[in-house]
Amino acid sequence: MNGVHDMGGLQGFGPVQLETDEPLFHAAWERRALGLTLAMGATGAWNIDQSRAARESLPPAQYLGSSYYAIWIAALERLMRQRGLVTADELAAVHQGTVAAAAAGPALRVLRAGEVDTALARGTPVSRPAAGPAPFAIGDRVRARNLHPPGHTRLPRYVRGHVGTVVGVHGAHLFADAHAEGRDEAQWLFTVEFSAADLWGPQGDPRDRVSVDAWASYLEAA
Amino acid sequence: MSAGHDHDHDSDHSHLGEMDLRVRALETLLVGKGYVDPAAVDRLIETYETRVGPHNGARVVARAWADPAYAQRLADDATAAIAELGYSGRQGEHMVALFNTPDVHHMVVCTLCSCYPWPVLGLPPVWYKSAPYRARAVIEPRAVLAEFGVQMPETTRIVVRDSTAEVRYLVVPMRPAGTDGWDEARLATLVTRDAMIGTGVARQP
Repeated sequence: MNGVHDMGGLQGFGPVQLETDEPLFHAAWERRALGLTLAMGATGAWNIDQSRAARESLPPAQYLGSSYYAIWIAALERLMRQRGLVTADELAAVHQGTVAAAAAGPALRVLRAGEVDTALARGTPVSRPAAGPAPFAIGDRVRARNLHPPGHTRLPRYVRGHVGTVVGVHGAHLFADAHAEGRDEAQWLFTVEFSAADLWGPQGDPRDRVSVDAWASYLEAA
Repeated sequence: MSAGHDHDHDSDHSHLGEMDLRVRALETLLVGKGYVDPAAVDRLIETYETRVGPHNGARVVARAWADPAYAQRLADDATAAIAELGYSGRQGEHMVALFNTPDVHHMVVCTLCSCYPWPVLGLPPVWYKSAPYRARAVIEPRAVLAEFGVQMPETTRIVVRDSTAEVRYLVVPMRPAGTDGWDEARLATLVTRDAMIGTGVARQP
Protein backbone atom coordinates (compact mmCIF):
# COMPACT_ATOMS: atom_id res chain seq x y z
CA MET A 1 0.00 0.00 0.00
CA ASN A 2 1.28 3.44 -0.89
CA GLY A 3 0.83 4.69 2.66
CA VAL A 4 2.22 7.67 4.53
CA HIS A 5 4.40 5.28 6.54
CA ASP A 6 6.56 4.87 3.40
CA MET A 7 8.58 7.97 4.24
CA GLY A 8 11.89 7.55 2.43
CA GLY A 9 12.67 10.75 0.54
CA LEU A 10 9.71 12.78 1.80
CA GLN A 11 10.54 16.41 2.45
CA GLY A 12 9.28 19.06 4.82
CA PHE A 13 9.52 17.28 8.18
CA GLY A 14 12.30 19.55 9.41
CA PRO A 15 15.43 18.61 11.32
CA VAL A 16 15.91 15.42 13.31
CA GLN A 17 14.83 16.24 16.87
CA LEU A 18 17.49 15.04 19.25
CA GLU A 19 16.87 14.82 22.99
CA THR A 20 19.67 15.30 25.45
CA ASP A 21 18.35 12.91 28.10
CA GLU A 22 16.56 10.47 25.75
CA PRO A 23 14.14 8.76 28.11
CA LEU A 24 13.15 5.34 26.76
CA PHE A 25 9.53 6.10 27.54
CA HIS A 26 7.90 9.52 27.78
CA ALA A 27 4.89 8.50 29.88
CA ALA A 28 3.87 5.59 32.01
CA TRP A 29 1.36 4.40 29.40
CA GLU A 30 4.10 4.01 26.78
CA ARG A 31 5.76 1.36 28.96
CA ARG A 32 2.53 -0.58 29.22
CA ALA A 33 1.85 -0.08 25.48
CA LEU A 34 5.15 -1.82 24.71
CA GLY A 35 4.53 -4.65 27.15
CA LEU A 36 0.90 -5.21 26.15
CA THR A 37 1.74 -5.21 22.44
CA LEU A 38 4.54 -7.75 22.90
CA ALA A 39 2.44 -9.90 25.25
CA MET A 40 -0.53 -9.94 22.86
CA GLY A 41 1.81 -10.63 19.93
CA ALA A 42 3.10 -13.68 21.82
CA THR A 43 -0.40 -15.19 21.86
CA GLY A 44 -0.01 -15.87 18.14
CA ALA A 45 -3.37 -14.28 17.34
CA TRP A 46 -1.54 -12.43 14.55
CA ASN A 47 1.95 -12.37 13.09
CA ILE A 48 4.50 -9.53 12.91
CA ASP A 49 3.56 -8.57 9.36
CA GLN A 50 -0.13 -8.39 10.25
CA SER A 51 0.83 -6.19 13.15
CA ARG A 52 2.86 -3.87 10.89
CA ALA A 53 0.08 -3.83 8.31
CA ALA A 54 -2.43 -2.80 11.00
CA ARG A 55 -0.24 0.17 11.99
CA GLU A 56 0.56 1.24 8.46
CA SER A 57 -3.03 1.13 7.23
CA LEU A 58 -4.33 3.51 9.88
CA PRO A 59 -5.91 6.58 8.24
CA PRO A 60 -3.03 8.78 6.99
CA ALA A 61 -3.87 11.81 9.14
CA GLN A 62 -4.14 9.63 12.23
CA TYR A 63 -0.81 7.93 11.47
CA LEU A 64 1.04 11.21 10.98
CA GLY A 65 -0.63 12.85 13.96
CA SER A 66 0.01 10.06 16.45
CA SER A 67 3.05 9.34 18.57
CA TYR A 68 4.79 6.02 18.03
CA TYR A 69 3.18 4.11 20.87
CA ALA A 70 -0.22 5.69 20.19
CA ILE A 71 0.02 4.04 16.75
CA TRP A 72 0.87 0.75 18.46
CA ILE A 73 -2.19 0.98 20.72
CA ALA A 74 -4.52 1.92 17.86
CA ALA A 75 -3.24 -1.04 15.82
CA LEU A 76 -3.44 -3.41 18.79
CA GLU A 77 -7.07 -2.46 19.37
CA ARG A 78 -7.83 -2.88 15.68
CA LEU A 79 -6.23 -6.35 15.51
CA MET A 80 -8.09 -7.53 18.62
CA ARG A 81 -11.38 -6.15 17.32
CA GLN A 82 -10.90 -7.79 13.89
CA ARG A 83 -10.29 -11.16 15.52
CA GLY A 84 -13.21 -10.90 17.89
CA LEU A 85 -10.99 -10.79 20.96
CA VAL A 86 -12.63 -7.59 22.18
CA THR A 87 -15.96 -6.00 21.28
CA ALA A 88 -16.68 -2.52 20.00
CA ASP A 89 -18.47 -1.76 23.29
CA GLU A 90 -15.51 -2.88 25.33
CA LEU A 91 -13.17 -0.66 23.31
CA ALA A 92 -15.55 2.28 23.60
CA ALA A 93 -15.40 1.88 27.38
CA VAL A 94 -11.62 1.62 27.28
CA HIS A 95 -11.50 4.90 25.36
CA GLN A 96 -13.42 6.49 28.24
CA GLY A 97 -10.85 5.05 30.62
CA THR A 98 -13.30 2.60 32.11
CA VAL A 99 -13.70 -1.15 31.92
CA ALA A 100 -17.02 -2.91 31.77
CA ALA A 101 -17.07 -6.42 33.23
CA ALA A 102 -14.89 -8.34 30.80
CA ALA A 103 -16.78 -10.97 28.81
CA ALA A 104 -14.86 -14.19 28.43
CA GLY A 105 -12.94 -14.31 25.15
CA PRO A 106 -11.56 -17.20 23.15
CA ALA A 107 -8.77 -19.23 24.75
CA LEU A 108 -5.37 -17.88 23.75
CA ARG A 109 -1.85 -19.09 24.46
CA VAL A 110 -0.90 -16.71 27.26
CA LEU A 111 2.72 -15.63 27.72
CA ARG A 112 3.64 -16.16 31.39
CA ALA A 113 6.25 -14.08 33.21
CA GLY A 114 8.52 -17.08 33.59
CA GLU A 115 8.52 -17.65 29.82
CA VAL A 116 9.44 -14.10 28.79
CA ASP A 117 13.24 -14.46 28.79
CA THR A 118 13.16 -17.66 26.76
CA ALA A 119 10.62 -16.29 24.30
CA LEU A 120 12.63 -13.12 23.70
CA ALA A 121 15.92 -14.99 23.36
CA ARG A 122 14.34 -17.35 20.84
CA GLY A 123 12.61 -14.64 18.83
CA THR A 124 10.70 -15.56 15.70
CA PRO A 125 13.13 -16.39 12.89
CA VAL A 126 11.58 -16.02 9.44
CA SER A 127 14.22 -17.91 7.46
CA ARG A 128 12.87 -21.00 5.70
CA PRO A 129 14.31 -23.70 3.43
CA ALA A 130 14.53 -22.42 -0.14
CA ALA A 131 12.33 -24.18 -2.65
CA GLY A 132 14.80 -23.64 -5.49
CA PRO A 133 18.06 -21.95 -6.40
CA ALA A 134 18.53 -18.21 -5.85
CA PRO A 135 17.36 -16.28 -8.91
CA PHE A 136 20.09 -13.66 -8.46
CA ALA A 137 23.69 -13.62 -7.27
CA ILE A 138 26.00 -11.02 -5.77
CA GLY A 139 26.91 -8.48 -8.44
CA ASP A 140 23.80 -9.02 -10.56
CA ARG A 141 22.03 -5.94 -11.86
CA VAL A 142 18.33 -5.99 -10.96
CA ARG A 143 15.42 -3.63 -11.33
CA ALA A 144 12.97 -3.00 -8.50
CA ARG A 145 9.66 -3.67 -10.18
CA ASN A 146 7.08 -0.93 -10.51
CA LEU A 147 4.61 -2.45 -8.05
CA HIS A 148 1.80 -0.69 -6.19
CA PRO A 149 0.00 -3.49 -4.37
CA PRO A 150 -3.09 -2.39 -2.40
CA GLY A 151 -2.07 -4.65 0.50
CA HIS A 152 0.99 -4.79 2.72
CA THR A 153 4.41 -4.47 1.07
CA ARG A 154 8.03 -3.81 2.05
CA LEU A 155 9.18 -2.35 -1.25
CA PRO A 156 9.65 1.37 -0.61
CA ARG A 157 8.32 3.69 -3.31
CA TYR A 158 11.63 5.46 -3.76
CA VAL A 159 13.36 2.44 -5.32
CA ARG A 160 10.56 1.25 -7.63
CA GLY A 161 11.63 1.25 -11.26
CA HIS A 162 15.29 1.80 -10.38
CA VAL A 163 18.18 -0.52 -11.24
CA GLY A 164 20.58 -1.59 -8.52
CA THR A 165 23.17 -4.23 -7.71
CA VAL A 166 22.71 -7.29 -5.53
CA VAL A 167 25.17 -7.00 -2.62
CA GLY A 168 23.65 -9.55 -0.23
CA VAL A 169 21.87 -12.91 -0.52
CA HIS A 170 20.11 -13.93 2.70
CA GLY A 171 18.49 -17.25 1.82
CA ALA A 172 14.73 -17.70 1.78
CA HIS A 173 12.60 -15.71 4.22
CA LEU A 174 8.86 -15.53 4.78
CA PHE A 175 7.49 -13.07 2.22
CA ALA A 176 6.02 -10.18 4.20
CA ASP A 177 3.30 -9.32 1.69
CA ALA A 178 1.85 -12.85 1.84
CA HIS A 179 2.50 -13.26 5.57
CA ALA A 180 0.41 -10.15 6.23
CA GLU A 181 -2.46 -12.03 4.60
CA GLY A 182 -1.83 -15.05 6.78
CA ARG A 183 0.02 -17.11 4.15
CA ASP A 184 3.44 -18.66 4.75
CA GLU A 185 5.35 -18.24 1.51
CA ALA A 186 9.14 -18.27 1.47
CA GLN A 187 11.09 -16.31 -1.12
CA TRP A 188 14.76 -15.54 -1.59
CA LEU A 189 15.73 -12.27 0.05
CA PHE A 190 18.41 -9.93 -1.32
CA THR A 191 20.10 -6.70 -0.35
CA VAL A 192 20.05 -4.45 -3.40
CA GLU A 193 22.17 -1.32 -3.50
CA PHE A 194 21.27 1.72 -5.60
CA SER A 195 23.31 4.78 -6.50
CA ALA A 196 22.01 7.87 -4.69
CA ALA A 197 22.41 9.89 -7.89
CA ASP A 198 20.19 7.43 -9.73
CA LEU A 199 17.51 7.47 -7.00
CA TRP A 200 17.48 11.18 -6.35
CA GLY A 201 18.88 12.83 -9.47
CA PRO A 202 20.75 16.06 -8.74
CA GLN A 203 19.72 15.80 -5.07
CA GLY A 204 21.66 12.57 -4.66
CA ASP A 205 25.37 12.64 -3.86
CA PRO A 206 27.14 10.65 -6.61
CA ARG A 207 29.46 9.12 -4.02
CA ASP A 208 26.66 7.60 -1.96
CA ARG A 209 24.55 4.44 -2.07
CA VAL A 210 21.25 3.31 -0.55
CA SER A 211 20.16 -0.29 -0.16
CA VAL A 212 16.90 -2.06 0.61
CA ASP A 213 16.22 -5.69 1.48
CA ALA A 214 14.01 -7.06 -1.27
CA TRP A 215 12.27 -10.38 -1.87
CA ALA A 216 12.70 -12.07 -5.27
CA SER A 217 9.24 -11.12 -6.51
CA TYR A 218 10.07 -7.42 -6.04
CA LEU A 219 12.93 -7.75 -8.55
CA GLU A 220 13.58 -8.52 -12.19
CA ALA A 221 16.86 -8.97 -14.05
CA ALA A 222 18.11 -5.74 -15.62
CA MET B 1 3.08 10.98 35.07
CA SER B 2 2.60 11.08 38.78
CA ALA B 3 -0.20 8.90 40.03
CA GLY B 4 -2.64 10.58 42.40
CA HIS B 5 -1.82 14.10 41.22
CA ASP B 6 -4.66 15.58 39.23
CA HIS B 7 -3.80 19.23 39.08
CA ASP B 8 -2.32 19.45 35.59
CA HIS B 9 -4.02 22.12 33.53
CA ASP B 10 -1.67 21.97 30.59
CA SER B 11 -3.54 20.40 27.66
CA ASP B 12 -0.52 18.29 26.75
CA HIS B 13 -0.57 16.73 30.17
CA SER B 14 -4.29 16.10 30.14
CA HIS B 15 -3.86 14.35 26.79
CA LEU B 16 -1.14 12.15 28.23
CA GLY B 17 -3.40 11.54 31.19
CA GLU B 18 -6.07 10.38 28.78
CA MET B 19 -3.70 7.85 27.24
CA ASP B 20 -2.64 6.69 30.69
CA LEU B 21 -6.28 6.00 31.58
CA ARG B 22 -7.00 4.36 28.24
CA VAL B 23 -4.02 2.01 28.31
CA ARG B 24 -4.62 1.17 31.95
CA ALA B 25 -8.25 0.30 31.09
CA LEU B 26 -7.08 -1.74 28.13
CA GLU B 27 -4.69 -3.72 30.30
CA THR B 28 -7.43 -4.36 32.87
CA LEU B 29 -9.69 -5.59 30.07
CA LEU B 30 -7.06 -7.92 28.61
CA VAL B 31 -6.07 -9.30 32.00
CA GLY B 32 -9.77 -9.79 32.82
CA LYS B 33 -10.24 -11.75 29.61
CA GLY B 34 -7.29 -13.93 30.45
CA TYR B 35 -5.18 -12.88 27.45
CA VAL B 36 -2.35 -11.22 29.33
CA ASP B 37 -0.35 -12.02 32.43
CA PRO B 38 0.49 -8.62 33.97
CA ALA B 39 3.68 -10.05 35.44
CA ALA B 40 4.79 -10.95 31.91
CA VAL B 41 4.12 -7.36 30.83
CA ASP B 42 6.27 -6.18 33.76
CA ARG B 43 9.04 -8.55 32.77
CA LEU B 44 8.95 -7.45 29.12
CA ILE B 45 9.26 -3.81 30.10
CA GLU B 46 11.97 -4.47 32.67
CA THR B 47 13.98 -6.40 30.08
CA TYR B 48 14.25 -3.46 27.72
CA GLU B 49 14.51 -0.84 30.45
CA THR B 50 17.30 -2.43 32.40
CA ARG B 51 18.92 -5.44 30.75
CA VAL B 52 19.00 -5.09 26.98
CA GLY B 53 20.60 -1.98 25.54
CA PRO B 54 23.57 -0.56 23.64
CA HIS B 55 26.00 -1.96 26.21
CA ASN B 56 25.36 -5.32 24.54
CA GLY B 57 26.34 -4.03 21.12
CA ALA B 58 29.35 -2.23 22.59
CA ARG B 59 30.67 -5.58 23.84
CA VAL B 60 30.28 -7.06 20.37
CA VAL B 61 32.14 -4.17 18.74
CA ALA B 62 34.90 -4.16 21.36
CA ARG B 63 35.39 -7.89 20.89
CA ALA B 64 35.60 -7.40 17.12
CA TRP B 65 38.19 -4.65 17.59
CA ALA B 66 40.27 -6.74 19.96
CA ASP B 67 40.00 -10.14 18.31
CA PRO B 68 40.47 -10.43 14.51
CA ALA B 69 39.16 -14.00 14.48
CA TYR B 70 35.95 -12.82 16.16
CA ALA B 71 35.69 -9.94 13.69
CA GLN B 72 35.91 -12.47 10.86
CA ARG B 73 33.14 -14.59 12.39
CA LEU B 74 31.05 -11.44 12.83
CA ALA B 75 31.55 -10.61 9.16
CA ASP B 76 30.72 -14.16 8.06
CA ASP B 77 27.68 -14.83 10.27
CA ALA B 78 26.78 -11.99 12.59
CA THR B 79 23.80 -13.79 14.14
CA ALA B 80 26.02 -16.65 15.32
CA ALA B 81 28.92 -14.41 16.38
CA ILE B 82 26.61 -12.17 18.43
CA ALA B 83 24.98 -15.24 20.00
CA GLU B 84 28.45 -16.27 21.22
CA LEU B 85 28.22 -13.32 23.61
CA GLY B 86 24.74 -14.34 24.70
CA TYR B 87 22.63 -11.95 22.63
CA SER B 88 19.91 -13.31 20.40
CA GLY B 89 16.26 -13.32 19.58
CA ARG B 90 13.47 -10.90 19.02
CA GLN B 91 14.23 -8.26 16.38
CA GLY B 92 17.72 -9.68 15.93
CA GLU B 93 17.00 -13.08 14.46
CA HIS B 94 18.92 -12.29 11.26
CA MET B 95 21.89 -10.02 11.98
CA VAL B 96 24.37 -8.48 9.56
CA ALA B 97 27.44 -6.51 10.72
CA LEU B 98 28.56 -3.52 8.65
CA PHE B 99 32.22 -2.61 9.07
CA ASN B 100 33.09 1.04 8.59
CA THR B 101 36.39 1.88 6.91
CA PRO B 102 38.07 5.12 5.83
CA ASP B 103 36.38 4.60 2.45
CA VAL B 104 32.87 3.52 3.45
CA HIS B 105 30.63 4.76 6.25
CA HIS B 106 27.43 2.78 6.88
CA MET B 107 24.28 4.28 8.33
CA VAL B 108 21.09 2.39 9.17
CA VAL B 109 17.46 3.50 8.88
CA CYS B 110 14.03 1.94 8.56
CA THR B 111 12.05 4.22 6.28
CA LEU B 112 8.89 2.11 6.64
CA CYS B 113 8.74 1.77 10.42
CA SER B 114 11.34 1.30 13.12
CA CYS B 115 13.26 -1.92 12.43
CA TYR B 116 16.24 -1.96 14.77
CA PRO B 117 18.50 -4.65 16.26
CA TRP B 118 16.93 -4.99 19.71
CA PRO B 119 19.21 -7.68 21.21
CA VAL B 120 22.32 -5.52 20.72
CA LEU B 121 20.95 -1.97 20.92
CA GLY B 122 17.71 -2.25 22.90
CA LEU B 123 14.70 -0.18 21.88
CA PRO B 124 15.27 2.55 19.29
CA PRO B 125 15.44 6.18 20.38
CA VAL B 126 12.52 8.44 19.45
CA TRP B 127 14.46 10.20 16.68
CA TYR B 128 15.15 6.88 14.93
CA LYS B 129 11.39 6.24 14.70
CA SER B 130 10.56 9.82 13.75
CA ALA B 131 9.45 11.13 10.36
CA PRO B 132 12.44 13.47 9.83
CA TYR B 133 15.02 10.69 10.24
CA ARG B 134 13.06 8.09 8.26
CA ALA B 135 12.37 10.54 5.44
CA ARG B 136 15.79 12.16 5.17
CA ALA B 137 18.36 9.46 5.95
CA VAL B 138 18.04 8.02 2.44
CA ILE B 139 17.90 11.26 0.43
CA GLU B 140 20.31 13.48 2.35
CA PRO B 141 22.39 11.33 4.71
CA ARG B 142 25.22 13.84 4.84
CA ALA B 143 22.89 16.61 6.02
CA VAL B 144 21.46 14.26 8.65
CA LEU B 145 24.95 13.30 9.79
CA ALA B 146 25.82 16.99 10.10
CA GLU B 147 22.89 17.40 12.51
CA PHE B 148 24.49 14.67 14.61
CA GLY B 149 27.75 16.61 14.47
CA VAL B 150 29.40 14.15 12.12
CA GLN B 151 31.35 15.40 9.12
CA MET B 152 32.59 12.69 6.77
CA PRO B 153 35.77 13.20 4.73
CA GLU B 154 35.24 14.05 1.05
CA THR B 155 36.62 10.67 0.05
CA THR B 156 34.28 8.62 2.24
CA ARG B 157 31.28 7.02 0.57
CA ILE B 158 28.08 6.91 2.62
CA VAL B 159 26.13 3.67 2.32
CA VAL B 160 22.65 3.82 3.84
CA ARG B 161 21.06 0.48 4.71
CA ASP B 162 17.26 0.73 4.76
CA SER B 163 16.11 -2.27 6.85
CA THR B 164 12.96 -3.18 4.98
CA ALA B 165 12.79 -6.89 5.92
CA GLU B 166 13.77 -8.86 9.03
CA VAL B 167 17.53 -8.42 8.51
CA ARG B 168 18.88 -6.22 11.31
CA TYR B 169 22.10 -4.27 10.97
CA LEU B 170 24.84 -3.50 13.48
CA VAL B 171 27.43 -0.95 12.39
CA VAL B 172 30.97 -1.68 13.57
CA PRO B 173 32.64 1.73 13.77
CA MET B 174 36.35 2.21 13.12
CA ARG B 175 38.55 1.62 16.14
CA PRO B 176 39.98 4.94 17.32
CA ALA B 177 43.73 5.49 17.13
CA GLY B 178 45.63 5.53 20.39
CA THR B 179 43.90 2.47 21.84
CA ASP B 180 46.64 -0.09 21.31
CA GLY B 181 46.76 -2.58 24.12
CA TRP B 182 43.36 -1.62 25.54
CA ASP B 183 41.32 -4.50 26.83
CA GLU B 184 37.76 -5.17 25.66
CA ALA B 185 36.05 -3.58 28.65
CA ARG B 186 37.98 -0.36 28.14
CA LEU B 187 37.39 -0.39 24.38
CA ALA B 188 33.66 -0.83 24.94
CA THR B 189 33.53 2.55 26.71
CA LEU B 190 34.32 4.19 23.35
CA VAL B 191 31.45 2.53 21.48
CA THR B 192 28.39 4.77 21.45
CA ARG B 193 24.93 3.71 20.40
CA ASP B 194 24.95 6.24 17.56
CA ALA B 195 28.24 4.81 16.30
CA MET B 196 26.49 1.43 16.02
CA ILE B 197 23.60 2.98 14.03
CA GLY B 198 26.03 4.94 11.89
CA THR B 199 24.85 8.39 12.95
CA GLY B 200 28.01 8.71 14.99
CA VAL B 201 31.59 7.53 15.21
CA ALA B 202 33.41 5.95 18.12
CA ARG B 203 34.57 8.23 20.93
CA GLN B 204 38.17 9.34 20.80
CA PRO B 205 40.18 8.24 23.84
